[in-house]
Amino acid sequence: MTAPLPILLRVNGERVEARVLPRLNLADFLREHLKLTGTHVGCEHGVCGACTVRLDGEIVRSCLTLAAQAHGAFVETIEGLSDSGEIADLQDAFRKRNALQCGFCTPGMLIAAQDLLKHEKEPGRGQIREHLSGNYCRCTGYQAIVDAVEETARVRRERKP
Amino acid sequence: MTSSETQGPLSMLDRPNSYIGKVVPRPNLDRLMQGRGLYVSDLELPRMAHVVFVRSPHAHAKIVAIDASAAKQMPGVIAVVTGEGLASVITPWVGVLSHLKGLKSAPQSAIAIGRVCWQGEAVAAVVATSRAAAEDAAEIVSVGYEELEAVTDMRTALDSATPVIHPSLGDNLAFERTLDVGAVDAAFAGSEEIVEAEFVFGRHTGVTLEPRAVVADWNAAEARLTIYQGTQAPHMVQNIAALHLGLEESQVRVVCKDVGGSFGIKVHIYADEMATYALAKLLRRPIKFVADRIESFNTDIHARDHRCKGRIGVLRDGTITAFEIDDLTGIGPYSMYPRTSAIEANQVVNLVGGPYRTKNYRARARVVFQNKNVMCQYRAVGHPIACSVTEGLVDLAAAKIGMDPFDIRRRNLIADDAYPCASASGLRFELLSHHVALNKLMAMMNYDALRGEQAALRERNIHRGIGIASFIEVTNPSAAFYGVGGAKISSQDGVAVRLDAQGSVVCQTSITEQGQGSESLTAQIVGSVLGVSMSRVRVILGDTDHTPYGGGTWASRGAGIGGEAALQAAKILRKNILDVAAAILQSSRAELDIADNAVVNASDGAPRIELRELARIVYFRPDTLPPGIQPELMATRHFVPREYPFAFTNGVQASWLEVDTDTGFVKLLKHWVVEDCGTLINPQLVDEQIRGGVVQGLGAALFEKCIYDERGQLTNANMADYLVPMSGEMPDIDVGHVVSPTAESELGAKGAGEAGTAGAAAAVANAVNDALGPFGAVITEIPLTPQLILTALKRF
Amino acid sequence: MKASAFSYARATSVSNAIELLVAHGERAKVLAGGQSLMPAMNLRLLAPEWIVDIGGLGELRGISVNAGRVAIGALTRHADLLKSVDVAAHAPLLTEATAHIAHPAIRNRGTIGGSLAHADPASELPACMVALDATIIVRGTAGERRIPAKEFFTGVYDTALSAAELLVAVELPAAARNSAHFFGEFARRHGDYAIVGLAAQAMVEGDRLNELRAVFFGVSDRPQPTKATAGLVNAAVTPASLSQALEALGEELDPPEDQQANGAMRRHLARVLLARCVAKLLDRSESGGGGRS
Repeated sequence: MTAPLPILLRVNGERVEARVLPRLNLADFLREHLKLTGTHVGCEHGVCGACTVRLDGEIVRSCLTLAAQAHGAFVETIEGLSDSGEIADLQDAFRKRNALQCGFCTPGMLIAAQDLLKHEKEPGRGQIREHLSGNYCRCTGYQAIVDAVEETARVRRERKP
Repeated sequence: MTSSETQGPLSMLDRPNSYIGKVVPRPNLDRLMQGRGLYVSDLELPRMAHVVFVRSPHAHAKIVAIDASAAKQMPGVIAVVTGEGLASVITPWVGVLSHLKGLKSAPQSAIAIGRVCWQGEAVAAVVATSRAAAEDAAEIVSVGYEELEAVTDMRTALDSATPVIHPSLGDNLAFERTLDVGAVDAAFAGSEEIVEAEFVFGRHTGVTLEPRAVVADWNAAEARLTIYQGTQAPHMVQNIAALHLGLEESQVRVVCKDVGGSFGIKVHIYADEMATYALAKLLRRPIKFVADRIESFNTDIHARDHRCKGRIGVLRDGTITAFEIDDLTGIGPYSMYPRTSAIEANQVVNLVGGPYRTKNYRARARVVFQNKNVMCQYRAVGHPIACSVTEGLVDLAAAKIGMDPFDIRRRNLIADDAYPCASASGLRFELLSHHVALNKLMAMMNYDALRGEQAALRERNIHRGIGIASFIEVTNPSAAFYGVGGAKISSQDGVAVRLDAQGSVVCQTSITEQGQGSESLTAQIVGSVLGVSMSRVRVILGDTDHTPYGGGTWASRGAGIGGEAALQAAKILRKNILDVAAAILQSSRAELDIADNAVVNASDGAPRIELRELARIVYFRPDTLPPGIQPELMATRHFVPREYPFAFTNGVQASWLEVDTDTGFVKLLKHWVVEDCGTLINPQLVDEQIRGGVVQGLGAALFEKCIYDERGQLTNANMADYLVPMSGEMPDIDVGHVVSPTAESELGAKGAGEAGTAGAAAAVANAVNDALGPFGAVITEIPLTPQLILTALKRF
Repeated sequence: MKASAFSYARATSVSNAIELLVAHGERAKVLAGGQSLMPAMNLRLLAPEWIVDIGGLGELRGISVNAGRVAIGALTRHADLLKSVDVAAHAPLLTEATAHIAHPAIRNRGTIGGSLAHADPASELPACMVALDATIIVRGTAGERRIPAKEFFTGVYDTALSAAELLVAVELPAAARNSAHFFGEFARRHGDYAIVGLAAQAMVEGDRLNELRAVFFGVSDRPQPTKATAGLVNAAVTPASLSQALEALGEELDPPEDQQANGAMRRHLARVLLARCVAKLLDRSESGGGGRS
């Protein structure tokens, strides 16, 4: 009844061919098939944000996306965003500000923050909080994260006025 | 000061280029930020199988029959094991400690046998090649239940008409403690005003973002069990796993890698995790258990389910005459193992009134069994209850006599020069700073300006409130906490430091890391004492094979105890290095120091020999050393607090918020904390612990509650219905410090991990009541939901 | 939890999708954005045997404005609604409402068709459709049906869609020159489902409301338009008439009880929203109009 499907997609720029059961979600595909365990699973009902990845350039919940739906898509995970250097300044700000403690929410948080910074050059603190309000963090209480995102926005504005 | 080999005018805390007291980024954050951490939920081992538990849908029921025949045929299924099947591999346990007099509990099995006692308790384990396949099979395990009446209301748990969950125990009372000190009745009789209130707290839970996860790997050929688990106390797990599996501790290795949040949730022994260890042994292959979010809500320990009647007596001049409480808490059907579910209530009794001079105090706390999820220590254990009750009563008393909340506290907080002294409940305080902290808070928040703003906005029907809460916090516990009761939970910790062949430092510590910065504080201390850059200090933690024996990180003990062990070990290594250097340089230890990774002249700091070179000589060319010398470039020291059972800290918090009296919604505008935790090793990490702790307290104040129905069903076991604080609703939190080091250790550090959680809810509750002052509404229940507030305001 | 096993078919066209739905009937579920379906399946609250993935049907995407009507394809994502200049110009109520839907990652996948077909009584878009007097366009083997929004939502997760029909688009009148709108909801946290919400579309002239369609959500098993505002239309709004309207609203509503609020509190919040709605609509008028509210 549930034959594996062939899918072809790009993950962090790498061409990936696989056969997946229809019910396999993208988060599990990334973690278990590709061993890209930076994408985390925290709730499997789309609320906590730990599984956030980029699909065709937009942030999505990978636990609510079937691997089959990613056929033909361009998927980027935290590993890819890190290796390309795209969020190096944001990661630097996180490090300086200690905007992570256990690190479990951090990949999703970084991807969501980068999404905001791409669309908004001068986000206010309220706006940052609002944009990140779909990413649960239990350790930091959020303030350090908001500080780090605000600082990165400032650094980017200075680099490219 | 402990006896130390202080050399020169500087103490160990004031060494050149010391990292202590500095904000330095934590090492090894890149790994986590790149998604290259290794959490147990990421772990894969060859031939690893997955376990899913069939869980009871009933709060209380006899297990009549379990039919797994169809399930066993499902694709990928390796085994289906019931409680009976596991009983030959793992023995049951009872969560009692002898120093909690009268505490009783019933034996609990890894998987329920014969009867389930809470909705969510495991009745069978399905092991399969994938989690999904195991879930498919679990769905068709057929379990016949005969429902029993469930005990679901703590208020009636002790009534004669209520069924007794464990008949062999006689009743549903797990533990009772009473305390009566001073002359309480006389004090109340002599009071000019008396205020009473019942404080009700929502049961809540930790919601660690990484759920509980275990990989248990029994290597039958080696007869050794390796447990990968995000536990805070690996040696405790080692001891208990060995004990109940019939193994020697040396046959059990516990490894903690990255942990996605714990806060006390992962410091306990869980039945399903014990079952996982047993299954690995039974099936002779690695077994992985990762709780999904629903399971987490139903089986991670809950906490803080209390109804506490409080009473305070006061004179019109503001003097508090007496405190009295009658606290009732409803736990689960078993006292948790091994730390027991009586500790929280015990803490409440110990801590109420703690910041104050008042000597008259009477308390009763009763802990009752219920057919709900198990309950046990979660961040700040008992402190939030005690603080909310105490500070709530103090504010009520202040309101009764028309006194400002700061003023009443000034009149009653223990004086800063009164130490050492003890609380009414017998807690010994070394040195606290309530008044300095209070004054600092008042300045930080610009209290007078806020009161002015509040008054002006009230004219426009905008209702803002200010609430403050003083608190004391248990940190650095000695064996008085658990050891004295018979628990094999170590209250000491150890650090081993060595110089490697390139002159870098390898450091093994028995404290553990869950993100608070255990690795960093260890490296900062070792680097400072040794004169080595932090980048050349590698810290190994979380592995019972590769660290000294110790208690781990919990009850805010990592920095104070593990940090001191690191300091002492590094001091010895420093001496040993200087001994060798003195021999090589034909000098003396007193003329040398270590700074910037080299042995230098103590007098002018000129480098004499690099550590890299010294190590080369020691390890590879000892033939070039003077005769007789046996260099030792490794040192181990342990530390245990001996003088004080706990190193108390103190602090005070304030909340500034707005209540929309049309909708009942509360907007948190700002929060402040002044904290005195002694020596600050890394001020940023301490502040961030406080912020994280505060937000957990804010969650308790406004959002979090495990909602059980009368049948014992947890009705909001998901992230959409159980409300955790998200960034949109949280305020910025300003943190200030007072520093009163402890003299018990050279480091002088006390703990800071739980302080934020201890007082945050109390401050918010006081602020809401302050905002609602003009309406005459007083609410002593949390979470302060919009419905609760609108009801108190009689808006519908 | 992991979803139960299912068979999967990727629809190649709308008619292919309908064929698949006809073939599998009640055993199939349509997968559009998946932001409501996937959580239910991951929690094993739903275990369909077949998933018909319509995500590839480009013809169901897009927003267009023609002859005073706005047409929105069913697969238009919430994020696209939010960004759309056309929607901001011609149906600003939708732009404002969509900002309240969940969080950015959800909005990047969730679709308007999915949201309307799912018909969660606490969600924003069904109420907006009713307030905007929209037409829901569905297609089945018998061809196309055009269903007025106020007839489309029939209960909790229940609509006029049959098992073998696909929601393909919505159409609504472009906002007229004197129109105004109000959107408000009360949710415990940003992005949470509303406890109570109100979507309202009105015609304002001077200090009068010529027309007011106020539709509540979260108060019933479906979007609830209110008749209690009858006294506020085509007449000067006075404290007395407003008070009467609020009282009538209280009598009209019979909201459910849940963990966030009981019926009495929902009634109260609905009244608060209506009062704020009227104040906002008239305020805009009093200031001489101009700009979006």
